[in-house]
Order: sequence, then C-alpha cells, then structure tokens
Amino acid sequence: MKFLVSYLKPFKWKMLVGFLIKVTGTVAELFLPLILTHILDNVIGTLDVKNVVFFGIVMIICAAAACGCNIVANRMAAKVSRDFSVKMRKDLFARTLYLSSADTDRFTIPSLESRITTDTYNVHNFVSMMQRMGVRAPILLIGGLGISFFMDARLALVMLATLPFIFVIVYSISRKGVPLYTKVQKSVDKMVRVVREDTQGIRVIKALSKNDYENRRYDEVNISLSKDERRAGTIMGSLPPIMTLLMNLGITGVVAMSAFTVESGASSPATVIAFIQYFTLISMAMMVISRIFVMYTKCAASANRIAEVLETPESFFVTEDDSEPNSESFISFENVSFSYLGRKNNLEDISVSVPKGGTLGIIGATGSGKSTFVKLLMRSYEANSGSVKINGRDITSYTREELTSMFGVALQNDFLYADTVEENIRFGRDITDEELIRGAKIAQAHDFIEELENGYSHILAPKGTNLSGGQRQRLLIARAVAARPDIIILDDSSSALDYKTDAALRKALSTELSGSTVITVAQRVSSVKNCDIILVLDNGRIIGKGTHDELLESCPEYREISDSQMGGAFVD
Amino acid sequence: MTDKNTKPEKKNTKGILLRLGKYVFKQWPLFLSAIAFTLLSNQLSLLGPKYSGAAIDAIELSGGVDFAAVWENVAKMAVCYVASAILAYFLAVIMVHLSQRIVYTMRKELFEKLNTLPVGYFDTHPTGDIISRISYDIDTINSSLSHDLIQVMTSIYTVVGSFVFMWNISKPLILVFAFTIPASILFTRYRSKKVRPLFSERSKKLGELNGFAEEMLSGTRSIEAYGKQDVISDRFNKRNDEAMEAYYRAEYYGATLGPSVNFINNLSMSLIAMLGGILYMLSVGGEVEETSIFFITLGGVAQFVQYSRKFAGPINEFANILHEFQSAFSAAERVFRIIDEEPEPADVPDACEIEKVEGFVEVDDVSFGYTPEKTILKDVSVTAKPGQTVAIVGPTGAGKTTIINLLMRFYDVDSGEIRLEGIPAMKIKREDLRKAYTMVLQDTWLFHGTIFENIVYGRENATLDEVKAAAKAARIDKYIESLPEGYDTVLSDDGVNISKGQRQLITIARAFLSDAPMLILDEATSNVDSRTEIKIQEAMAELMKGRTCFVIAHRLSTIQNADTILVVLDGTVTEQGTHDELMRLGGFYSTLYNSQFT
Repeated sequence: MKFLVSYLKPFKWKMLVGFLIKVTGTVAELFLPLILTHILDNVIGTLDVKNVVFFGIVMIICAAAACGCNIVANRMAAKVSRDFSVKMRKDLFARTLYLSSADTDRFTIPSLESRITTDTYNVHNFVSMMQRMGVRAPILLIGGLGISFFMDARLALVMLATLPFIFVIVYSISRKGVPLYTKVQKSVDKMVRVVREDTQGIRVIKALSKNDYENRRYDEVNISLSKDERRAGTIMGSLPPIMTLLMNLGITGVVAMSAFTVESGASSPATVIAFIQYFTLISMAMMVISRIFVMYTKCAASANRIAEVLETPESFFVTEDDSEPNSESFISFENVSFSYLGRKNNLEDISVSVPKGGTLGIIGATGSGKSTFVKLLMRSYEANSGSVKINGRDITSYTREELTSMFGVALQNDFLYADTVEENIRFGRDITDEELIRGAKIAQAHDFIEELENGYSHILAPKGTNLSGGQRQRLLIARAVAARPDIIILDDSSSALDYKTDAALRKALSTELSGSTVITVAQRVSSVKNCDIILVLDNGRIIGKGTHDELLESCPEYREISDSQMGGAFVD
Repeated sequence: MTDKNTKPEKKNTKGILLRLGKYVFKQWPLFLSAIAFTLLSNQLSLLGPKYSGAAIDAIELSGGVDFAAVWENVAKMAVCYVASAILAYFLAVIMVHLSQRIVYTMRKELFEKLNTLPVGYFDTHPTGDIISRISYDIDTINSSLSHDLIQVMTSIYTVVGSFVFMWNISKPLILVFAFTIPASILFTRYRSKKVRPLFSERSKKLGELNGFAEEMLSGTRSIEAYGKQDVISDRFNKRNDEAMEAYYRAEYYGATLGPSVNFINNLSMSLIAMLGGILYMLSVGGEVEETSIFFITLGGVAQFVQYSRKFAGPINEFANILHEFQSAFSAAERVFRIIDEEPEPADVPDACEIEKVEGFVEVDDVSFGYTPEKTILKDVSVTAKPGQTVAIVGPTGAGKTTIINLLMRFYDVDSGEIRLEGIPAMKIKREDLRKAYTMVLQDTWLFHGTIFENIVYGRENATLDEVKAAAKAARIDKYIESLPEGYDTVLSDDGVNISKGQRQLITIARAFLSDAPMLILDEATSNVDSRTEIKIQEAMAELMKGRTCFVIAHRLSTIQNADTILVVLDGTVTEQGTHDELMRLGGFYSTLYNSQFT
C-alpha cells in the first residue's frame, strides 16, 4: 500500500480541507435528529408556536448546511480522485513504454493493457468512494464510542471486547481477499487476450468458420473469470455479516451485563436504553466500514499490479566508454552471442564491421537470427557475451536518447496508427515539412500519398488497415528515412514492394542518403546484392560474409538462394 | 456503420432499463430468493431490538431484575442475530452468483456478437475500445446491478409500509410529502437529464483512452526504436486528461443530486416537526375536534416523525444510487450498441448448402467500393475452372486484396455477381462458401495456445499424424521437433521464441491441413525466406494440384504458370490471359516481366 499512500500524499491538504467540510456537513446532519428529539421532548410541551417554528427553521438551516457542505466536499473529492488517477495512469503508461523488451515479454501486452485500464479504474473507484463514504461512518463510530463511554464505561467495555475479534477477522479475510482479487485480475488479462486475438484474426476465423470454436475458447476464459470473481465475492461477502454479528452479539452482551449492573444499582435502565440506541448507530457505521474494507481488498490487488510495473527496476544502464570515434568501423559486432530464453543461443559468435555510410545486407532462413541481430544493435536486448559498438563506443555507453536518435527503423508489419499520414511519418519528431516529403519521396510513397483523399492529411484507419500492404511498408520506410538518421534499418520491410519500386527505393537510398549506414534484412537477393557487406545467417551463425560476387563464389547456400531467384523476380 | 446517436434520449433510457431488467429477470429464481432473503434477514434483525426491549423491560421491573426473563430474551436475541447473519451471508452469496451470471451472459453475448460482425467493423473500430466495453463497461454495470438493485427493490417495501402507517396517523401531515416528493422527483429528473450526456461522454472518453493505449502498446517496439516514449506519453496524457475531465464533469454535476434530495427529505422532516407541533397544540387547545383529521396526539407526532425518517431513508439512498445508475446506464448503452450492431446480413432464406465443390468460380462484372463515394473495383470479370490458378497482378493499392475480400464474402459486391458452381454466392450459405476456401494471408495470425492447437485449427478432428504431415509439407516440422516441448510448445503473445517467418509457416501448415477445394494465397510467403519458399513451392504445387487457386504473389515465377493472369490497375482489369498471351500483348505485364532483366 506504500504505492497508494505515496500517490495520495500530494493531495493531503486538499483531502484534509474536503474532509473537514464533509465533517461539518455530517455533523450538521447529525444535529437534525437531536433537534427533532428536542422539539418533541421539550418544545412542543410549552405550547409556544413561535418556539416550534424557531427550532424548525434551525433544522432547515442545518439541512441546508449539510446539503451545501456535502456537495462541495463531493466535488472536491471528485477533483482529488481525478488528479490522482491522471497522475497514476500517466506514470504507469510512461513506465510501460520504458519497460525493456524482456520485461514487456514477461508482463505480456494484454496484461499491461488491463493494468492500464481496469486496474487503474479499480484503484480510482476506491479512492473516490473512500472520500465519499469514509467520513460519515468513522464519525458515527468514534462519536458513538465516545458517548457510550461517557454514559457507562463498564458497559462500553463489553462492547470494546468485540473489537479485537473484529480486527482479527477483518485482517485475515482481507489477507485472503487480496490474492483472490489478484487472481481475478489475471483472469481479466486472459479474457482481454482472447478478445484481442479475436479482433486481430477475424478474417482467419471467418474464413475457417471458426465462430463456434472461438466462442468456446472465449467461454473458457469467461467461465474461469466468473468463477474467480465468484470465489472472491463469496469470501469477501462473509465480512459484513460477520462484523454485524459480532456487533450484535456485543449488544446482547451489554443487555446481559446490564442485568447485573442494574441489579447492583450501578446503572439505570434509562441509560441502558439510550446506550443501546447508540450501539445500533455504531454497528451501522461498522457495516459501512466493512464495505469499505471489501472495496479496499479489490483495490489493493489492483494497486499491487500497478506497483509491480512502476517498481520494475530500470534495466537500462549507461557505462563509460570514451573511445575515439571510429567511422571506419562505424557499426561493429565482436563475438556476440545471445539467447532469448537462456537455452539455445539464438545468435552465436557474430562478428562484423561496417564503415560509416556503408551498407550491410543480412539474409538467411526464417529463424536464423536476422531480426535478433537488429534487436541487439538497437539494444532492445543485451548481448550475453561479446560487444556491440557504434562509432567506436560500446552501445551501452550511449544514453537512450543518443542511441535512438541515431536510428531510423522500418520493421515488417510494423506499427501504423489512426492518425494522419503526415503524423505517422513524423512520429512525434521534430521534422520539417520538406524533410518529411523528401523522406516520402525516397520511400517511393509520395505519389500514392498525393492521390489519397486530403493527401498527407489523410487519416489512417487503426493499424493502417485502409492501406495496402505495400503502401504500409512504404510509409514505414518514409518514417525511417525522414530524419536522415545515421543508421537506417530496413528489417524485411520491402517484401510487399514490387520489383521496380524496390529498385527505385534502393537507388534513392544510395543517392539521397549516402551518409547513412543502411542495414537491410531481406529474403530477396535483389534487395541486398548491392550491399557492401552481406551476412548469410543460418541458425544464429554466420555462414557467409562478403560482397554479392564473393558470396556467389564462397557460399553455396547464398548461391542456392540467388540461383533460385534468378528469373524469378518479384512483382507486387 | 449505423449511427445510433440520433435516437431520442428518452426512449433510449427506457429501452436500456428494460433490457437490463431482462437480464435480471432471466435469473428470476436467484433474483426472487435474493429479495426474500433480504426481507427475511431485515425482519430478523428487527426482531433483535424487540427482544432486547423485552429484556430491558425485565430488567426495569420495579421489583428487581427478573433474571429468568432476561436470559430468555438475551438468548432469543443471540439466536436472531446469528440467524440474521447467516441469512445475510447467504444473501451475499446469492448476489454474487446472480451478478456473475448476468455479467457472464453479457460478456458471452457481446463476444458472440463480435464474431458475427462483418470484417469491416474491425477495420474501423479500435480493439482497445471493444476491450473497454467487454471489461470496464460490463464491470460498471455489474457493480451497480449487484449492489444497488436489490437495495432498491427491498426498500420499496419499507417505503410503502411507512407510508401506510403515516397515512393512518395523520393525513394532513402527509400533505407535506405531497409537496416534497414531487419536488424530489422533478429535481432528480431534471438533473438526470443534464447529467446523462456527461456520463455517456465519460464512458466514451474512457473507451477512446483504452483504444489509444491498446494501439500504442502494440507498437512498443517502434516507439522504443525511435525513442518516442515521451511523445507518445504526452498524447496518452492528453487523452487521459480528457477522460478524467469527462469523469470530473460528470461527478461535479452529479454530486448535487444526492445531497439535494437528502435536503428535500430533511426539509420535509423539519416541516413535519413544525406542522405536527402546531397541530398538536391546536389539538390540546381544543381548537381541533378529536374526530377531525387534524387531531393528533404527542405520541402520534413522535411516531409520525419516526416513520417519516424510515420513509426518507431509502429515498435518500436511492438518490445516491441513482448516481451510480447513471454510469451503469452509459456503460450499458455502449455494450448494447455492439450487441445491436448490424451483423453480417443473414443468408437469404433459400440459401443452399453446397456439398461438393469442384471449384468453378465466375466473377461477373463486379463493382465494389468500401465507401459509396469511392469505387475500388470496376466491372471486374474472371472465370476460374476447377483446378485452375488465377494470379492477380498489379501495383499495391490497385484492389487485389479487395477481390479476395469479395470472394470470401467479407464484403458483398455492390453490383455484378460472383458465382460458385454456377450458383450466385449470395445464395450460398456463407459458412459453406467460406469453408470451400483455404486462405493464407500475409498477416500471420496465431493465438495463445500450443503449436498443435494452432495447426489443427484448420481441421478440428485431425490427428497428430496428420498435423505432423502438414507441418512437414510446410517445412516447419524440423523446427517444431527441435523445440523442447515439440508440438506442445505454447506460443506466447508476440513471443520471442518464434520468428515471423516461422509463424507464417505454421499458418501455411494450418492451410495444408484443411481440405478445402479452393485456395487463396495472399502474399502467403512474404515472411518466408526464398530458400524455404522454394521448398514450400513444391509442397504448394502439391497443394494447388486439383484445386482452384487465387494467388496474389510477388514472384513472377509463380505467376508465370497460372492459367489466367489478371492485371488490375486502379480497380479495373486491364489485361487478362495466360503468360504468353500477355507477353504478346505487350502491355503492363510484359513491361513488368521484362523489367526484371534490365
């Protein structure tokens, strides 16, 4: 709960003011029955109309004050919950984006998504409810306890004897509840995953007429979510009745006890009656408090899940390396090995060096480690052994900003979102309109963009589904080259381009961006054959390195690929 | 997409209430027992004070304490309270079950509805917003239904009961309510009308926020690659601010409701105290006859006040609950909007099942546009005889994938007709039509499950051996067998343990397994390296043998052998024929073909 406390801290004064206003309102409202009793017991008997009207008006004033205070306090509470949630969700989202790839893999996207959405709502709900409901009940409780002690300390002690039991029960049930609600949230993750998968794969599902199968798959997670919620609800549902029972047994004890105290003359029957009245009030307050506890449990489970993300240690560290810039070996891998899961090496003993402005092509079978190479270069993952250097310095010596500002990246089936074409290319960077259009021209995207409705201001559908595969790829390439980065990575990003467009793209890259080092990951020899160095990867190892002509000589696998593609060129 | 925003607000509210009611009444055994348990449990807890009163009477005896009577009543008290607690617990359990059944049903209906929606719905609606509806909105409905509904139902009992008692005590005093109750109702209605749109806005904004979050989370790699976390965060914050501002506005205006109704109730209490006092004085002073309806005793005033408080309690509570109802309403509106969404149009009544498909497809003069303003395909005609391969060629964005969408009836043609075995596609049951095709797309789609489950998805009753054979044909068998868990390896979300190309091979294996008579390949091997692709080609050739195939490919060698090549430029078929015919024609195709040698 440290997390919740630290996020509420900045609001403590506002909350205090709101609290005091709410207390004022509540007290004003509690005065109403007192005045009413006073009117009935003392005023009416005087047969003085003026007096009755006077106290009646006092009541109305109290009621108005209560109304006003409550409205103001509720509004203040809403404001605090708003600001609190804004901050919490903001931090959570920012932290989520800064998670390392390995951490993101560990949490999984659906889980991160439900943490940002349903978990923050749960916490938000609690914070808001607590401020609205959490005032009256404690006042009644404390006030009631105080008065009852004042009236008859001995009888009050009987009641007090129930408190330890209540405490123990609340504590143990809440402890049980948190893991139960954590499980509920995990089931929510699973449900979100199925819905997500379904919306993404709707074409395949429809093509194979798998509605029933998908419904069954969803039903499974739906049932288990319901089951988890039922289990949590059943356990937590026992809290209010148990608390009420204990309080009521306390009352019973007081009545029994009073038989003796009255007999001995220590208490008067009238006190006992009044005492029980207050006791009822206290037990009603207890009911509300127990409800707050139930909500708290749910909130605590969600808060833990949020805190888990927020408290994930920053795995990005920066080392010292003041080596001289080295443009001859601008990008260099030295004996790099890496494994995702720590079992089998996905890359093994990779060494390669590319000069500034040079071009590197990577080719190889699926699963040979091409994309992994790119991920290590961008430091999405850390190499297990060996070193990756850019411009003579180890990549771990660059700050995040330094590192990312060097790259322009187009990955296959990459990320386009519902915004304008212009914005999708610009991607939040400081890029002039000329640079942007230049980038689109290099990427061979300018012409088709111009033909779109509203041109560069055309709004894309979510994930860019209103564009064809080739158009999407060209937008991604435009994004990669627009800022004239030092290193351009095209990871299998021209596979949907026709032969002519691809060739034009290559040409534009070499003439317009001669200063940039270009890394091309591809499956077509034609895409890499003009590269200065071509790596042929197989099962994470380099099995060929050199120019196109050299490899034709030295690398039988490369020759095989090349032969197979000769005369079998690609069209769109 | 049908826009339902134009529906009149009032009708909507009633409709939603009715539909929510239906969900509840479907669980009527639980619902009725919940009400019964509530009443019973309340009644029992009322018995407690009665016995405690009796016990105190026994203590208060002038002749000293009657211990026997005290013990008896104390014991009765204890029994009542224990019984009441047990009932209350059962009630809680019933409520959990009731609300879970309702929520389960809603989620189920929503999801099953999703699967019947046309593909276009998913192309235009953010996934995150859909998820928000199925999780957050339904949750909101749940918390309101499970807690508030029963409370309202049972409080009606208290309200009616107290009213009857008050009626019997003094009719003139009831007149106070004739003033204050309409005031409450009018005020509530007035406020609700004002606040409703705010609550709708609040749900909508939350949905947008979730939509944005979902979209961005699926792009974390790019965001990271460009180091744009802060920029994206800023945009998220903007939406977050908006969403929370919408929340705040709803709360701000909603906050007046509870306290105001409370005030009106307190006002009536004050008025009753005053009026009651005056009436009592008149009665005592003899100005009012004992038989007159204005006559009242002191005890009468006291009792009336007691009942009026009981009467007001639930009304206050209800006003507070109304606040939560508002958000539940807006949430329900969003949920129902999906449930009411037009599904894919039903099959025509005389739609036939086709048992044996040879693979004879005619596309006859078809035109189509995703929006009425923009035609994508114009007058496209092509015929594929059983076993033939039709290759579709053209620049990106020319409408190639659209043809596939129409063949599969993901969208329906605007004019013209597609026929299968001579039967218009519109007259064939959609499911049968789709089952006639196997489809491999460029965007690979695998779900969270084992590799076996993902392959067998193509034909559910296939055996492990058949799955293995399919994997072998797709050249992925060796890789799968090299995994520690083999075919039982669970594919995790965007998992690191498997590359894009391997994912595509699995989808190809899935296609191999399905035994549909026709095949659609939409850049099916775009993620596969060419060495593997060549190996698959052989298997593909095997697969294509005897099947009618529609191929969008990027390798001229695949296209070259097609029976018909269709060149699509700007939505119209400009060239059509075999490779040789098109080469002779000397048009776009021949230029394209020759360009690879220059």
